[in-house]
Amino acid sequence: MNVDWPWPWLPRNVDKIAEATGEHLYLALLPVIVGLVISIPLGWAASRWPGVRLVLVPLAGVLYTIPSLALITLVPLLIGTKIIDPLNVQVPLGIYTVALLVRSVTDALLAVPREVTAAATAVGFRPTKRFLSVELPLAIPVIVAGLRVAVVSAMSLTSVGALIGIGGLGELITEGFKRNNAVEMVVAIALILLIALVLDALLLTVGKLITPWTRARQGANR
Amino acid sequence: MIEFKAVTKRYPDGTVAVDSLDLAVDAGRITVFVGPSGCGKTTSLRMINRMIDPTSGTILLDGKDIRESDPPLLRRGIGYVIQQAGLFPHRTVLDNVSTVPLLTGASRRDARRRAGELLELVGLPAELGKRYPVQLSGGQQQRVGVARALAADPPVLLMDEPFSAVDPVVRDDLQQQLLRLQSDLDKTIVFVTHDIDEAIKLGDKVAVFRVGGRLAQYATPSELLAKPADDFVSSFVGRDRGYRALSFLAADGVPVGPVATTRVGTNTADAEPADGWVIVVDEENRPLGWLSTDLLSTVGTTVTAEGLVSGGSLYKVDDGNLRSALDSALSSPAGVGIAVDGSGAVVGGIKADTVIEALSRARRTGEVPA
Repeated sequence: MNVDWPWPWLPRNVDKIAEATGEHLYLALLPVIVGLVISIPLGWAASRWPGVRLVLVPLAGVLYTIPSLALITLVPLLIGTKIIDPLNVQVPLGIYTVALLVRSVTDALLAVPREVTAAATAVGFRPTKRFLSVELPLAIPVIVAGLRVAVVSAMSLTSVGALIGIGGLGELITEGFKRNNAVEMVVAIALILLIALVLDALLLTVGKLITPWTRARQGANR
Repeated sequence: MIEFKAVTKRYPDGTVAVDSLDLAVDAGRITVFVGPSGCGKTTSLRMINRMIDPTSGTILLDGKDIRESDPPLLRRGIGYVIQQAGLFPHRTVLDNVSTVPLLTGASRRDARRRAGELLELVGLPAELGKRYPVQLSGGQQQRVGVARALAADPPVLLMDEPFSAVDPVVRDDLQQQLLRLQSDLDKTIVFVTHDIDEAIKLGDKVAVFRVGGRLAQYATPSELLAKPADDFVSSFVGRDRGYRALSFLAADGVPVGPVATTRVGTNTADAEPADGWVIVVDEENRPLGWLSTDLLSTVGTTVTAEGLVSGGSLYKVDDGNLRSALDSALSSPAGVGIAVDGSGAVVGGIKADTVIEALSRARRTGEVPA
Protein backbone atom coordinates (compact mmCIF):
# COMPACT_ATOMS: atom_id res chain seq x y z
CA MET A 1 0.00 0.00 0.00
CA ASN A 2 1.11 3.50 -0.69
CA VAL A 3 1.55 5.75 2.31
CA ASP A 4 2.04 9.47 2.42
CA TRP A 5 4.80 11.14 4.40
CA PRO A 6 3.30 14.61 5.08
CA TRP A 7 6.20 15.94 7.22
CA PRO A 8 4.57 19.37 7.73
CA TRP A 9 1.94 17.56 9.82
CA LEU A 10 4.53 17.22 12.60
CA PRO A 11 5.21 20.92 13.43
CA ARG A 12 1.52 21.78 13.07
CA ASN A 13 0.48 19.13 15.61
CA VAL A 14 3.01 19.52 18.41
CA ASP A 15 0.23 20.38 20.88
CA LYS A 16 -1.81 17.40 19.83
CA ILE A 17 1.18 15.09 20.17
CA ALA A 18 2.02 16.49 23.61
CA GLU A 19 -1.55 16.04 24.75
CA ALA A 20 -1.64 12.45 23.50
CA THR A 21 1.68 11.75 25.24
CA GLY A 22 0.36 13.13 28.51
CA GLU A 23 -2.79 11.07 28.17
CA HIS A 24 -0.75 7.99 27.32
CA LEU A 25 1.38 8.40 30.46
CA TYR A 26 -1.68 8.97 32.62
CA LEU A 27 -3.50 5.99 31.14
CA ALA A 28 -0.50 3.70 31.57
CA LEU A 29 1.19 4.78 34.78
CA LEU A 30 -1.75 5.22 37.12
CA PRO A 31 -2.79 1.55 36.75
CA VAL A 32 0.82 0.44 37.27
CA ILE A 33 1.05 2.42 40.50
CA VAL A 34 -2.33 1.19 41.74
CA GLY A 35 -1.43 -2.33 40.62
CA LEU A 36 1.80 -2.19 42.61
CA VAL A 37 -0.02 -1.01 45.71
CA ILE A 38 -2.52 -3.87 45.37
CA SER A 39 0.17 -6.48 44.62
CA ILE A 40 2.15 -5.88 47.79
CA PRO A 41 -0.50 -7.04 50.28
CA LEU A 42 -1.54 -9.84 47.92
CA GLY A 43 2.06 -10.97 47.55
CA TRP A 44 2.53 -10.71 51.29
CA ALA A 45 -0.50 -12.94 51.87
CA ALA A 46 0.72 -15.40 49.23
CA SER A 47 4.20 -15.53 50.74
CA ARG A 48 2.77 -16.07 54.19
CA TRP A 49 0.07 -18.68 53.60
CA PRO A 50 0.80 -21.56 51.19
CA GLY A 51 -2.95 -21.96 50.58
CA VAL A 52 -3.27 -18.39 49.31
CA ARG A 53 -0.17 -18.85 47.21
CA LEU A 54 -1.59 -21.98 45.60
CA VAL A 55 -4.60 -20.00 44.39
CA LEU A 56 -3.18 -16.54 43.71
CA VAL A 57 -0.06 -17.31 41.74
CA PRO A 58 -1.66 -19.62 39.12
CA LEU A 59 -4.64 -17.24 38.91
CA ALA A 60 -2.29 -14.35 38.18
CA GLY A 61 -0.65 -16.45 35.49
CA VAL A 62 -4.00 -17.16 33.84
CA LEU A 63 -5.05 -13.49 33.98
CA TYR A 64 -1.84 -12.48 32.27
CA THR A 65 -2.51 -14.81 29.34
CA ILE A 66 -5.90 -13.25 28.50
CA PRO A 67 -5.41 -11.34 25.23
CA SER A 68 -5.39 -7.60 25.85
CA LEU A 69 -7.97 -6.91 23.17
CA ALA A 70 -10.41 -9.32 24.81
CA LEU A 71 -9.88 -7.81 28.24
CA ILE A 72 -10.18 -4.24 27.01
CA THR A 73 -13.47 -4.93 25.25
CA LEU A 74 -14.89 -7.09 28.06
CA VAL A 75 -14.07 -4.94 31.07
CA PRO A 76 -16.45 -2.05 30.22
CA LEU A 77 -19.28 -4.58 30.01
CA LEU A 78 -18.32 -6.11 33.33
CA ILE A 79 -17.80 -2.91 35.33
CA GLY A 80 -20.50 -0.93 33.56
CA THR A 81 -18.47 2.10 32.59
CA LYS A 82 -19.36 4.51 29.75
CA ILE A 83 -17.86 4.12 26.31
CA ILE A 84 -14.97 6.54 26.53
CA ASP A 85 -14.18 6.26 30.23
CA PRO A 86 -10.37 6.02 30.82
CA LEU A 87 -11.13 3.26 33.30
CA ASN A 88 -11.96 1.02 30.33
CA VAL A 89 -8.24 0.95 29.60
CA GLN A 90 -6.90 1.47 33.09
CA VAL A 91 -8.74 -1.39 34.77
CA PRO A 92 -7.35 -3.99 32.32
CA LEU A 93 -3.89 -2.46 32.66
CA GLY A 94 -4.22 -2.65 36.44
CA ILE A 95 -5.21 -6.29 36.15
CA TYR A 96 -2.16 -7.05 34.02
CA THR A 97 0.10 -5.22 36.45
CA VAL A 98 -1.28 -7.11 39.43
CA ALA A 99 -1.04 -10.39 37.51
CA LEU A 100 2.61 -9.68 36.80
CA LEU A 101 3.64 -8.24 40.16
CA VAL A 102 1.86 -10.65 42.52
CA ARG A 103 4.31 -13.29 41.42
CA SER A 104 7.32 -10.95 41.74
CA VAL A 105 6.31 -9.77 45.20
CA THR A 106 5.57 -13.31 46.38
CA ASP A 107 8.88 -14.66 45.09
CA ALA A 108 10.79 -11.69 46.46
CA LEU A 109 9.31 -12.05 49.94
CA LEU A 110 9.84 -15.81 49.95
CA ALA A 111 13.49 -15.22 49.08
CA VAL A 112 14.13 -13.18 52.24
CA PRO A 113 16.40 -15.47 54.31
CA ARG A 114 14.59 -17.12 57.20
CA GLU A 115 17.33 -16.31 59.67
CA VAL A 116 16.94 -12.63 58.82
CA THR A 117 13.21 -12.60 59.53
CA ALA A 118 13.77 -14.74 62.62
CA ALA A 119 16.41 -12.30 63.83
CA ALA A 120 14.07 -9.38 63.18
CA THR A 121 11.34 -11.01 65.25
CA ALA A 122 13.83 -11.93 67.97
CA VAL A 123 15.14 -8.40 68.40
CA GLY A 124 11.58 -7.18 68.93
CA PHE A 125 10.11 -5.94 65.65
CA ARG A 126 6.33 -6.04 65.54
CA PRO A 127 4.99 -7.84 62.43
CA THR A 128 3.98 -4.71 60.47
CA LYS A 129 7.18 -2.87 61.21
CA ARG A 130 9.19 -5.98 60.43
CA PHE A 131 7.48 -6.21 57.05
CA LEU A 132 8.05 -2.55 56.22
CA SER A 133 11.61 -2.24 57.52
CA VAL A 134 13.10 -5.63 56.79
CA GLU A 135 11.16 -7.83 54.39
CA LEU A 136 9.88 -5.25 51.92
CA PRO A 137 13.23 -3.46 51.49
CA LEU A 138 14.93 -6.79 50.86
CA ALA A 139 12.28 -7.59 48.24
CA ILE A 140 12.87 -4.33 46.32
CA PRO A 141 15.34 -5.63 43.71
CA VAL A 142 12.98 -8.39 42.55
CA ILE A 143 9.91 -6.13 42.72
CA VAL A 144 11.67 -3.46 40.66
CA ALA A 145 12.57 -6.06 38.03
CA GLY A 146 8.87 -6.99 37.81
CA LEU A 147 7.87 -3.34 37.78
CA ARG A 148 10.12 -2.63 34.80
CA VAL A 149 8.36 -5.33 32.77
CA ALA A 150 4.98 -4.01 33.94
CA VAL A 151 5.77 -0.42 32.93
CA VAL A 152 7.12 -1.32 29.52
CA SER A 153 4.20 -3.60 28.71
CA ALA A 154 1.71 -0.99 30.02
CA MET A 155 3.23 1.48 27.53
CA SER A 156 2.50 -0.79 24.60
CA LEU A 157 -0.81 -2.16 25.90
CA THR A 158 -2.21 1.32 26.36
CA SER A 159 -2.06 1.76 22.58
CA VAL A 160 -4.52 -1.09 22.17
CA GLY A 161 -7.06 1.13 23.95
CA ALA A 162 -7.19 3.19 20.76
CA LEU A 163 -9.45 0.49 19.36
CA ILE A 164 -12.14 1.51 21.87
CA GLY A 165 -11.35 5.18 21.53
CA ILE A 166 -9.07 5.73 24.51
CA GLY A 167 -5.47 5.14 23.67
CA GLY A 168 -3.23 8.18 24.11
CA LEU A 169 -0.52 7.85 21.51
CA GLY A 170 -2.28 4.75 20.21
CA GLU A 171 -5.00 6.98 18.84
CA LEU A 172 -2.44 8.75 16.68
CA ILE A 173 -1.52 5.36 15.25
CA THR A 174 -5.11 4.44 14.34
CA GLU A 175 -5.82 7.97 13.08
CA GLY A 176 -2.65 7.98 11.00
CA PHE A 177 -3.62 4.63 9.59
CA LYS A 178 -7.08 5.84 8.59
CA ARG A 179 -5.73 9.02 7.03
CA ASN A 180 -2.85 7.26 5.37
CA ASN A 181 -0.45 9.49 7.38
CA ALA A 182 2.81 7.63 7.95
CA VAL A 183 4.38 10.52 9.85
CA GLU A 184 1.66 10.47 12.49
CA MET A 185 2.05 6.71 12.96
CA VAL A 186 5.85 6.75 13.11
CA VAL A 187 5.95 9.68 15.54
CA ALA A 188 3.51 7.88 17.88
CA ILE A 189 5.38 4.58 17.71
CA ALA A 190 8.73 6.29 18.25
CA LEU A 191 7.39 8.18 21.27
CA ILE A 192 5.94 5.03 22.83
CA LEU A 193 9.27 3.28 22.40
CA LEU A 194 11.21 6.26 23.70
CA ILE A 195 9.00 6.67 26.79
CA ALA A 196 9.23 2.94 27.51
CA LEU A 197 13.02 3.04 27.27
CA VAL A 198 13.34 6.16 29.41
CA LEU A 199 10.99 4.84 32.11
CA ASP A 200 12.80 1.52 32.12
CA ALA A 201 16.16 3.20 32.55
CA LEU A 202 14.70 5.47 35.23
CA LEU A 203 13.35 2.52 37.22
CA LEU A 204 16.64 0.70 36.89
CA THR A 205 18.51 3.71 38.22
CA VAL A 206 16.11 4.47 41.05
CA GLY A 207 16.04 0.77 41.96
CA LYS A 208 19.80 0.77 42.30
CA LEU A 209 19.91 4.02 44.23
CA ILE A 210 17.48 2.81 46.88
CA THR A 211 19.24 -0.55 47.31
CA PRO A 212 22.88 0.41 47.91
CA TRP A 213 23.55 -2.90 49.70
CA THR A 214 23.13 -4.85 46.47
CA ARG A 215 26.18 -3.09 45.07
CA ALA A 216 28.29 -3.79 48.16
CA ARG A 217 30.27 -6.83 47.21
CA GLN A 218 32.23 -9.44 49.01
CA GLY A 219 35.94 -9.12 48.71
CA ALA A 220 35.91 -5.62 50.13
CA ASN A 221 37.17 -7.44 53.19
CA ARG A 222 40.05 -6.15 55.13
CA MET B 1 17.06 -15.87 86.76
CA ILE B 2 15.13 -17.95 84.23
CA GLU B 3 13.03 -20.86 85.48
CA PHE B 4 11.43 -23.59 83.41
CA LYS B 5 8.60 -25.25 85.30
CA ALA B 6 7.22 -28.45 83.78
CA VAL B 7 7.58 -26.94 80.31
CA THR B 8 6.38 -29.12 77.43
CA LYS B 9 6.24 -28.34 73.73
CA ARG B 10 4.19 -30.72 71.64
CA TYR B 11 3.55 -30.05 67.96
CA PRO B 12 0.21 -30.79 66.29
CA ASP B 13 1.70 -33.85 64.54
CA GLY B 14 2.41 -35.35 67.96
CA THR B 15 6.17 -34.72 68.06
CA VAL B 16 7.33 -33.78 71.51
CA ALA B 17 10.15 -31.25 71.22
CA VAL B 18 10.50 -30.55 74.93
CA ASP B 19 9.20 -32.91 77.58
CA SER B 20 8.31 -31.49 81.04
CA LEU B 21 11.48 -29.49 81.45
CA ASP B 22 12.33 -28.27 84.94
CA LEU B 23 15.43 -26.15 85.04
CA ALA B 24 16.69 -22.95 86.65
CA VAL B 25 19.18 -20.82 84.76
CA ASP B 26 21.41 -18.89 87.16
CA ALA B 27 21.53 -15.12 86.81
CA GLY B 28 24.83 -13.67 85.65
CA ARG B 29 26.16 -17.02 84.48
CA ILE B 30 26.59 -18.86 81.20
CA THR B 31 24.26 -21.84 80.93
CA VAL B 32 24.78 -24.06 77.91
CA PHE B 33 22.03 -26.24 76.43
CA VAL B 34 23.73 -29.07 74.58
CA GLY B 35 22.53 -32.23 72.88
CA PRO B 36 22.12 -34.01 69.55
CA SER B 37 19.78 -32.60 66.91
CA GLY B 38 16.13 -33.05 67.77
CA CYS B 39 16.76 -32.87 71.51
CA GLY B 40 14.75 -29.68 72.01
CA LYS B 41 17.63 -27.42 73.01
CA THR B 42 16.83 -24.71 70.46
CA THR B 43 13.10 -24.99 71.11
CA SER B 44 13.77 -24.49 74.81
CA LEU B 45 15.89 -21.43 74.05
CA ARG B 46 13.27 -19.93 71.77
CA MET B 47 10.58 -20.36 74.38
CA ILE B 48 12.44 -17.92 76.63
CA ASN B 49 11.78 -14.98 74.29
CA ARG B 50 8.46 -16.39 73.11
CA MET B 51 9.58 -17.12 69.56
CA ILE B 52 7.87 -20.40 70.43
CA ASP B 53 5.16 -20.73 73.06
CA PRO B 54 5.09 -23.85 75.24
CA THR B 55 2.13 -26.23 75.06
CA SER B 56 2.08 -26.42 78.84
CA GLY B 57 4.15 -25.33 81.79
CA THR B 58 5.49 -21.97 82.84
CA ILE B 59 8.65 -19.99 82.19
CA LEU B 60 9.55 -17.35 84.73
CA LEU B 61 11.95 -14.51 84.00
CA ASP B 62 13.01 -12.89 87.26
CA GLY B 63 9.98 -14.44 88.90
CA LYS B 64 7.53 -13.12 86.33
CA ASP B 65 5.59 -15.38 83.98
CA ILE B 66 6.75 -14.44 80.47
CA ARG B 67 3.25 -15.01 79.10
CA GLU B 68 2.25 -11.79 80.82
CA SER B 69 4.65 -9.81 78.65
CA ASP B 70 3.96 -8.47 75.17
CA PRO B 71 6.32 -10.56 73.00
CA PRO B 72 8.00 -7.69 71.09
CA LEU B 73 8.60 -5.78 74.33
CA LEU B 74 9.89 -8.91 76.06
CA ARG B 75 12.28 -9.55 73.16
CA ARG B 76 13.73 -6.04 73.22
CA GLY B 77 14.90 -6.81 76.76
CA ILE B 78 16.55 -10.07 75.73
CA GLY B 79 19.58 -10.05 73.43
CA TYR B 80 19.51 -12.69 70.72
CA VAL B 81 22.41 -14.00 68.67
CA ILE B 82 21.53 -16.41 65.91
CA GLN B 83 23.51 -18.82 63.77
CA GLN B 84 25.10 -17.06 60.75
CA ALA B 85 24.54 -13.83 62.71
CA GLY B 86 21.17 -13.14 60.97
CA LEU B 87 22.28 -9.61 60.21
CA PHE B 88 20.02 -7.38 58.12
CA PRO B 89 21.72 -7.44 54.69
CA HIS B 90 20.25 -4.08 53.70
CA ARG B 91 21.55 -2.19 56.68
CA THR B 92 25.08 -1.09 57.42
CA VAL B 93 26.91 -2.62 60.35
CA LEU B 94 26.27 0.49 62.43
CA ASP B 95 22.55 0.45 61.59
CA ASN B 96 22.34 -3.25 62.41
CA VAL B 97 23.79 -2.64 65.84
CA SER B 98 21.51 0.38 66.37
CA THR B 99 18.38 -1.68 65.73
CA VAL B 100 17.17 -2.34 69.25
CA PRO B 101 17.99 1.09 70.72
CA LEU B 102 16.01 2.62 67.84
CA LEU B 103 13.08 0.27 68.47
CA THR B 104 13.06 1.23 72.12
CA GLY B 105 12.92 4.91 71.24
CA ALA B 106 16.53 6.12 71.41
CA SER B 107 17.38 9.01 69.12
CA ARG B 108 19.28 8.11 65.95
CA ARG B 109 22.32 9.94 67.26
CA ASP B 110 22.39 8.16 70.63
CA ALA B 111 21.76 4.81 68.97
CA ARG B 112 24.67 5.31 66.58
CA ARG B 113 27.00 6.45 69.32
CA ARG B 114 26.08 3.40 71.35
CA ALA B 115 26.58 1.20 68.28
CA GLY B 116 30.06 2.67 67.82
CA GLU B 117 30.96 1.83 71.42
CA LEU B 118 29.74 -1.73 70.96
CA LEU B 119 31.77 -2.31 67.82
CA GLU B 120 34.80 -1.36 69.85
CA LEU B 121 33.72 -3.65 72.68
CA VAL B 122 33.53 -6.68 70.38
CA GLY B 123 36.87 -5.79 68.85
CA LEU B 124 35.84 -4.42 65.46
CA PRO B 125 37.45 -1.31 63.95
CA ALA B 126 35.11 1.69 63.71
CA GLU B 127 35.51 1.97 59.93
CA LEU B 128 33.65 -1.32 59.50
CA GLY B 129 30.54 0.50 60.71
CA LYS B 130 29.77 1.84 57.24
CA ARG B 131 30.08 -1.55 55.54
CA TYR B 132 27.25 -3.89 54.69
CA PRO B 133 27.24 -7.38 56.27
CA VAL B 134 28.14 -9.04 52.96
CA GLN B 135 31.44 -7.16 53.06
CA LEU B 136 32.51 -8.79 56.33
CA SER B 137 34.06 -12.16 57.05
CA GLY B 138 32.02 -14.78 58.89
CA GLY B 139 33.81 -14.07 62.15
CA GLN B 140 33.29 -10.32 61.82
CA GLN B 141 29.59 -10.84 61.09
CA GLN B 142 29.26 -12.94 64.20
CA ARG B 143 30.89 -10.19 66.27
CA VAL B 144 28.40 -7.70 64.82
CA GLY B 145 25.65 -10.15 65.82
CA VAL B 146 26.91 -10.10 69.40
CA ALA B 147 27.19 -6.30 69.34
CA ARG B 148 23.61 -6.01 68.08
CA ALA B 149 22.38 -8.31 70.85
CA LEU B 150 24.17 -6.24 73.49
CA ALA B 151 23.17 -2.82 72.15
CA ALA B 152 20.22 -2.23 74.47
CA ASP B 153 22.22 -3.64 77.40
CA PRO B 154 19.75 -6.46 78.08
CA PRO B 155 20.31 -8.50 81.27
CA VAL B 156 19.68 -11.73 79.36
CA LEU B 157 21.42 -12.95 76.22
CA LEU B 158 20.22 -15.92 74.17
CA MET B 159 22.76 -17.43 71.79
CA ASP B 160 21.53 -20.01 69.30
CA GLU B 161 24.53 -21.94 67.94
CA PRO B 162 26.20 -18.62 67.22
CA PHE B 163 29.67 -19.94 66.40
CA SER B 164 28.82 -23.10 64.49
CA ALA B 165 29.29 -21.68 61.01
CA VAL B 166 32.82 -20.33 61.38
CA ASP B 167 36.13 -22.15 61.10
CA PRO B 168 37.75 -23.57 64.25
CA VAL B 169 40.37 -20.83 64.64
CA VAL B 170 37.81 -18.05 64.39
CA ARG B 171 35.46 -20.00 66.65
CA ASP B 172 38.14 -20.20 69.30
CA ASP B 173 38.65 -16.42 69.05
CA LEU B 174 34.93 -15.75 69.37
CA GLN B 175 34.65 -18.08 72.37
CA GLN B 176 37.54 -16.38 74.15
CA GLN B 177 36.00 -13.02 73.43
CA LEU B 178 32.63 -14.11 74.79
CA LEU B 179 34.29 -15.24 78.02
CA ARG B 180 36.17 -11.92 78.26
CA LEU B 181 32.99 -9.93 77.64
CA GLN B 182 31.09 -11.99 80.16
CA SER B 183 33.70 -11.43 82.86
CA ASP B 184 32.99 -7.68 82.51
CA LEU B 185 29.27 -7.74 81.79
CA ASP B 186 27.86 -10.55 83.97
CA LYS B 187 24.91 -11.24 81.69
CA THR B 188 22.60 -14.17 82.14
CA ILE B 189 23.54 -16.11 79.02
CA VAL B 190 21.77 -19.13 77.62
CA PHE B 191 23.91 -20.68 74.91
CA VAL B 192 22.79 -23.49 72.60
CA THR B 193 25.30 -25.75 70.88
CA HIS B 194 25.61 -29.32 69.65
CA ASP B 195 29.33 -29.26 70.41
CA ILE B 196 30.08 -30.68 73.85
CA ASP B 197 33.59 -29.19 73.84
CA GLU B 198 32.14 -25.75 73.31
CA ALA B 199 29.65 -26.42 76.12
CA ILE B 200 32.39 -27.42 78.53
CA LYS B 201 34.59 -24.53 77.55
CA LEU B 202 31.95 -21.83 77.90
CA GLY B 203 29.41 -23.09 80.41
CA ASP B 204 29.28 -22.31 84.09
CA LYS B 205 26.61 -24.97 83.96
CA VAL B 206 25.68 -27.35 81.19
CA ALA B 207 22.27 -28.88 80.52
CA VAL B 208 22.56 -32.04 78.41
CA PHE B 209 19.38 -32.82 76.48
CA ARG B 210 18.54 -36.17 74.95
CA VAL B 211 16.39 -36.82 71.88
CA GLY B 212 12.73 -36.45 72.75
CA GLY B 213 13.28 -33.23 74.66
CA ARG B 214 14.25 -34.65 78.05
CA LEU B 215 16.89 -33.20 80.29
CA ALA B 216 19.55 -35.86 80.85
CA GLN B 217 21.83 -33.99 83.22
CA TYR B 218 22.26 -30.46 84.49
CA ALA B 219 25.60 -29.87 86.14
CA THR B 220 28.85 -27.95 86.08
CA PRO B 221 31.27 -28.99 83.33
CA SER B 222 33.65 -30.69 85.77
CA GLU B 223 30.83 -32.72 87.33
CA LEU B 224 29.62 -33.67 83.88
CA LEU B 225 33.04 -35.02 82.94
CA ALA B 226 33.67 -36.70 86.29
CA LYS B 227 30.23 -38.11 86.99
CA PRO B 228 28.04 -38.44 83.90
CA ALA B 229 24.52 -39.32 85.03
CA ASP B 230 24.06 -42.23 82.65
CA ASP B 231 25.35 -43.97 79.53
CA PHE B 232 23.78 -41.40 77.23
CA VAL B 233 25.58 -38.50 78.89
CA SER B 234 28.82 -40.40 79.14
CA SER B 235 28.76 -41.32 75.45
CA PHE B 236 27.73 -37.79 74.52
CA VAL B 237 30.46 -36.26 76.63
CA GLY B 238 32.62 -38.52 74.55
CA ARG B 239 36.18 -39.67 74.38
CA ASP B 240 39.01 -38.53 76.57
CA ARG B 241 36.70 -37.23 79.23
CA GLY B 242 39.17 -38.27 81.93
CA TYR B 243 41.82 -36.26 80.16
CA ARG B 244 39.51 -33.29 79.53
CA ALA B 245 38.44 -33.27 83.17
CA LEU B 246 42.02 -32.30 84.00
CA SER B 247 41.33 -28.81 82.71
CA PHE B 248 39.21 -28.14 85.81
CA LEU B 249 42.06 -28.89 88.21
CA ALA B 250 44.51 -26.14 89.07
CA ALA B 251 48.11 -27.13 88.55
CA ASP B 252 49.44 -25.33 91.65
CA GLY B 253 50.98 -28.48 93.06
CA VAL B 254 52.90 -29.47 89.95
CA PRO B 255 56.62 -28.87 90.47
CA VAL B 256 58.36 -26.90 87.74
CA GLY B 257 61.81 -28.41 87.34
CA PRO B 258 64.99 -26.98 85.84
CA VAL B 259 65.40 -27.07 82.09
CA ALA B 260 68.34 -26.48 79.77
CA THR B 261 68.18 -23.33 77.66
CA THR B 262 70.51 -21.61 75.27
CA ARG B 263 70.16 -18.15 73.79
CA VAL B 264 70.05 -17.35 70.09
CA GLY B 265 73.39 -15.89 68.99
CA THR B 266 75.52 -17.73 71.53
CA ASN B 267 78.13 -20.30 70.68
CA THR B 268 76.78 -23.79 70.03
CA ALA B 269 79.58 -25.23 72.11
CA ASP B 270 78.23 -23.45 75.20
CA ALA B 271 74.87 -25.22 75.03
CA GLU B 272 74.46 -27.89 77.68
CA PRO B 273 71.58 -30.15 76.76
CA ALA B 274 69.85 -32.04 79.55
CA ASP B 275 68.69 -35.55 78.60
CA GLY B 276 69.73 -34.85 75.03
CA TRP B 277 67.68 -31.66 74.44
CA VAL B 278 68.03 -27.92 74.94
CA ILE B 279 65.46 -25.11 74.49
CA VAL B 280 66.53 -22.24 72.25
CA VAL B 281 65.28 -18.91 73.63
CA ASP B 282 65.27 -15.35 72.30
CA GLU B 283 66.62 -12.20 73.97
CA GLU B 284 63.57 -12.05 76.29
CA ASN B 285 64.00 -15.69 77.26
CA ARG B 286 60.94 -16.74 75.23
CA PRO B 287 61.12 -20.25 73.75
CA LEU B 288 61.74 -20.57 70.00
CA GLY B 289 62.17 -24.34 69.69
CA TRP B 290 64.28 -27.30 70.65
CA LEU B 291 67.67 -28.60 69.59
CA SER B 292 68.82 -32.16 70.25
CA THR B 293 72.42 -33.09 70.92
CA ASP B 294 72.63 -34.54 67.40
CA LEU B 295 71.28 -31.39 65.80
CA LEU B 296 73.63 -29.16 67.81
CA SER B 297 76.57 -30.65 65.97
CA THR B 298 75.05 -29.84 62.58
CA VAL B 299 73.78 -26.24 62.96
CA GLY B 300 77.17 -24.52 62.83
CA THR B 301 79.03 -22.56 65.45
CA THR B 302 76.30 -20.08 66.43
CA VAL B 303 72.78 -20.90 67.68
CA THR B 304 70.20 -19.35 65.33
CA ALA B 305 66.41 -19.51 65.07
CA GLU B 306 66.82 -21.74 62.02
CA GLY B 307 66.65 -25.52 61.98
CA LEU B 308 64.88 -25.88 65.32
CA VAL B 309 62.50 -28.68 66.21
CA SER B 310 59.24 -26.95 66.96
CA GLY B 311 58.00 -27.37 70.48
CA GLY B 312 54.68 -28.53 71.85
CA SER B 313 52.09 -26.53 73.71
CA LEU B 314 53.27 -24.14 76.41
CA TYR B 315 52.23 -24.40 80.01
CA LYS B 316 51.49 -21.02 81.60
CA VAL B 317 52.34 -21.25 85.28
CA ASP B 318 50.08 -18.34 86.26
CA ASP B 319 46.79 -19.76 85.05
CA GLY B 320 47.62 -23.32 84.12
CA ASN B 321 45.59 -26.42 84.83
CA LEU B 322 46.58 -30.06 84.91
CA ARG B 323 45.44 -30.57 81.34
CA SER B 324 47.68 -27.87 79.89
CA ALA B 325 50.54 -29.03 82.12
CA LEU B 326 50.21 -32.63 80.96
CA ASP B 327 49.70 -31.64 77.36
CA SER B 328 52.84 -29.51 77.35
CA ALA B 329 54.86 -32.52 78.53
CA LEU B 330 53.22 -34.97 76.12
CA SER B 331 53.50 -32.73 73.08
CA SER B 332 57.11 -31.76 73.62
CA PRO B 333 59.73 -33.50 71.46
CA ALA B 334 61.96 -33.72 74.52
CA GLY B 335 59.32 -35.22 76.80
CA VAL B 336 59.55 -32.11 78.98
CA GLY B 337 56.88 -29.44 78.75
CA ILE B 338 57.99 -25.82 78.69
CA ALA B 339 56.58 -23.75 81.54
CA VAL B 340 56.37 -20.00 80.84
CA ASP B 341 55.43 -16.99 82.95
CA GLY B 342 52.99 -14.22 82.06
CA SER B 343 55.48 -12.54 79.72
CA GLY B 344 56.13 -15.81 77.88
CA ALA B 345 59.62 -16.33 79.34
CA VAL B 346 60.78 -19.87 80.12
CA VAL B 347 60.70 -20.60 83.85
CA GLY B 348 61.25 -24.34 83.80
CA GLY B 349 60.14 -27.76 82.64
CA ILE B 350 57.17 -30.01 83.38
CA LYS B 351 57.34 -33.79 83.32
CA ALA B 352 54.29 -35.98 82.73
CA ASP B 353 54.83 -38.16 85.79
CA THR B 354 54.83 -35.13 88.10
CA VAL B 355 51.42 -34.15 86.67
CA ILE B 356 50.08 -37.64 87.35
CA GLU B 357 51.43 -37.42 90.91
CA ALA B 358 49.64 -34.08 91.37
CA LEU B 359 46.47 -35.74 90.11
CA SER B 360 46.68 -38.58 92.61
CA ARG B 361 47.32 -36.06 95.39
CA ALA B 362 44.19 -34.19 94.30
CA ARG B 363 42.26 -37.46 94.42
CA ARG B 364 43.47 -38.19 97.93
CA THR B 365 42.50 -34.74 99.16
CA GLY B 366 39.08 -35.08 97.60
CA GLU B 367 39.53 -32.29 95.07
CA VAL B 368 38.54 -34.71 92.34
CA PRO B 369 34.97 -35.93 92.75
CA ALA B 370 35.09 -39.71 93.06
